[in-house]
Amino acid sequence: MTVQIIIAAIFIVGGLFFLFVSSLGIIRMPDFYTRCHAIGKSETLGSMLLLFGLAVFNGLDTNSLKLLSILVFIALANSTATHIIARAAHRAGLRPWSLRKPQKVQDVRPGFVIAKKETVSAKFTQDNKI
Amino acid sequence: MNGLFPVVAVILALLMLPALYRVVKGPTLFDRIIAAGMMGTNGVLVMVVLGFYYERIDMILDLAIAYALLNFIGTVAIGKYLEKHRGEVK
Repeated sequence: MTVQIIIAAIFIVGGLFFLFVSSLGIIRMPDFYTRCHAIGKSETLGSMLLLFGLAVFNGLDTNSLKLLSILVFIALANSTATHIIARAAHRAGLRPWSLRKPQKVQDVRPGFVIAKKETVSAKFTQDNKI
Repeated sequence: MNGLFPVVAVILALLMLPALYRVVKGPTLFDRIIAAGMMGTNGVLVMVVLGFYYERIDMILDLAIAYALLNFIGTVAIGKYLEKHRGEVK
């Protein structure tokens, strides 16, 4: 057991802990946006710690350079993908979860509001009938 | 240290199960997409750890880079598609 292997084991166990926290968050969080929080941060940090531990275990080599390139790519791509999906959900009209009492009929449970296109077309046909 | 790698790989594979639950039973479409992306990231990690266990890391690392790229590109493509077809999502 050299010092290098001990440091690598510490990093790998830390990465497994953060990946476990991310997995716990994706089944226990109440809403899509809070699940985005669990995936975008904990998953990225756990992956970075585990890959860095493997790079320390490998030593200075071409393979450790490739491992560090995977680390940088995951750090950039994972959070970007989470942001893109969250923005698409916000623009599609997904309502966030809240503890307040519902004030309108469509606030009863978190989910999609009625699409605007359908209501506009329904009103248009109603006006045309009249 | 070499006996630790199969344990780490099994733990990582077990941590994919909650994401699979969210893919099957997600209330909305976006939950399924984001849980599938999480399963892809965990798959990259399992691949790298098993490459260390079998001592074929120089071959596995290129596959891991390609798999991470495909995972990211698929998620971005689905996100852009859903953003363009805004009113049809249910």
